[in-house]
Amino acid sequence: MKNSRLLRNIHLGVKTLMLHKLRSLLTMLGVVFGVGSVIAMLAVGEGASREALVQIRKLGSNNIIIDTAKPSDDDASSAGRTRISIYGLKYEDVLRIAECIPSIKRTVPVKIIRKEGRLGSKTLSLRLVGTTPAWFDLVKRPLLAGRALADADLENRANVAVLTEHGARRLLATEETLGAVVKIGGSAFTVIGIIQSDSGNAGGMQTPDRDTDAYIPLTTARERFGDIYTQRSDGSQISELVELHQIITEASSLADVEASAQAIEAMLTRFHKKKSYRLQVPLALLRQAETTKRNFNIVLGSIAGISLLVGGIGIMNIMLASVTERTREIGIRRAIGAKRLQIVAQFLIETVVLSMTGGAIGVGFGVLIPWIITRTAGMPTLVTPLSVIVSLGVSMLVGMVFGIYPALRAARLDPIEALRHE
Amino acid sequence: MSTATLQATRIENITRTYQMGDQAVHALDGVSATFEPGSFWAIMGASGSGKSTLLNILGCLDRPTSGRYLLGGNDTRTQSDDALSDIRLKYLGFIFQSFNLIAQLTVEENIQLPLYYLGWHPDRARQRAGELARRVGLGERLHHRPSELSGGQQQRVAIARALANDPVMLLADEPTGNLDSATGKEIMDMLGDLNAQGKTIIMVTHEPEIANIAKHRIVMRDGRIASAGEGRL
Repeated sequence: MKNSRLLRNIHLGVKTLMLHKLRSLLTMLGVVFGVGSVIAMLAVGEGASREALVQIRKLGSNNIIIDTAKPSDDDASSAGRTRISIYGLKYEDVLRIAECIPSIKRTVPVKIIRKEGRLGSKTLSLRLVGTTPAWFDLVKRPLLAGRALADADLENRANVAVLTEHGARRLLATEETLGAVVKIGGSAFTVIGIIQSDSGNAGGMQTPDRDTDAYIPLTTARERFGDIYTQRSDGSQISELVELHQIITEASSLADVEASAQAIEAMLTRFHKKKSYRLQVPLALLRQAETTKRNFNIVLGSIAGISLLVGGIGIMNIMLASVTERTREIGIRRAIGAKRLQIVAQFLIETVVLSMTGGAIGVGFGVLIPWIITRTAGMPTLVTPLSVIVSLGVSMLVGMVFGIYPALRAARLDPIEALRHE
Repeated sequence: MSTATLQATRIENITRTYQMGDQAVHALDGVSATFEPGSFWAIMGASGSGKSTLLNILGCLDRPTSGRYLLGGNDTRTQSDDALSDIRLKYLGFIFQSFNLIAQLTVEENIQLPLYYLGWHPDRARQRAGELARRVGLGERLHHRPSELSGGQQQRVAIARALANDPVMLLADEPTGNLDSATGKEIMDMLGDLNAQGKTIIMVTHEPEIANIAKHRIVMRDGRIASAGEGRL
């Protein structure tokens, strides 16, 4: 009984509002825009921060990543027409970190060389990654076939390579994948394993073509290709001597990450004259991203609050006008026997229907706009169910808060006066 | 309700005083009367004589300042606003000069309004509204809005609405005031029929011809009853 009465009240409210479609629509507009913009902005923010978080997590929250960075004031030791820049991380750095900082569990050196890989008539520009077996423990990508690098490969300076799935497909499409021999920069390498390609660009490190990586033992890389990389241009040569391009370290626990990063930084500062490296601490980035997101949400919440306040005042204004306009109706209902509470309920439900319809339309816009943004601008967006639920809840609350005063005013009218109202 | 139907409605030494600034206005100044079940009363008097105030008190829209109003055994002076609403809902029916139908509701919905507040099931209420509309000759107009009807038809809808709760007493305030004389006569015939079927009717009017249809009359003057009784003027 109670339930059906509420339904009929809602039905009556909808009907009354439908009598003045344009007015009801304009009245809702404040809530529509408020809710719509909040959900849309939250979706854009959520999408961006979710993507950032995924990237950061991929780097590993226990990890500290040290990249070689070319110093900007590069006064290379010039020798005639040949200039050699010497910078970056050293082999010694790996040992120092591994031996002197006990909170570091694993240290993985990475040497990157660009070479052409060739198999029969197929060629592919490869990014050779000279590293140690520990790399495969740290970067948790599944091995699809064969095996990873082993300590023996490192010791023997074996000519073996692990390819990514993507690279393997392009290079060895018709061949027996494992055991095939690939010519890389003049040396023959045997393919011993294939690991999954890394989808997405993890970390924004210098890895635009990460999917055509080939992993080889660090010792082999050093022996076959050396540490000097030479680029010829306009008759002059620019050579760079870089021992390692990256050192990835893993702290034994989350609590050790920040202290370890400080220790590494201090150590590197002591042994490097120039700062030709860059430390990345995913955990710090993660925290920073979370703080940024929180601040963003606070700002957004304030904007939402203001727009919903304005929307609510608009609704209250119209409802007060409506009460005045319908004074006679209220008088008739009271004369027939409606109690004050029933008049309150009638007007309150009408206001809540108004604000919640506005909220629902706003949710529609709030879902549509991010969809369009993703479609047209390619920006990732994410509408969270929570933001929809909260928005609808808040718009209902707005209806109740701003509807209660007009409703009470309607109920407080003296029936005799109300019936006399013209 | 059956006991209420049998009991006479009585007012005893009713006063109603309004405070206008620092002056007290006695709209009613000691009014007593007994309205037997099934009687038909016309309340007459010049404007300001207190006849509307009396009708409002009889209709439980207002409370007397002092005195007793006994309706179905209840003394209305001490009742809460909710209780008075309940009395109006269950025992009274109103007919107004300006019909007072709700413009955005259809004929059917207007007639159903008291049943809605009484908590009737919608199907039953719709059925009853249909019966009542046929009774007042508007069975074909159930889905029209009041603005699509003539004045006489609107007043008939109002009568149907007043009858929806099967009231003990019908209160009419100048029911023909906004109608031409032919239509006014139709409405008065309808009220006469209802009275013949046993409804108590109390009607305010200032037209002697209309008042003559009622069996009893009260003439008000300056907040008091100047004359009361049976018979024609």
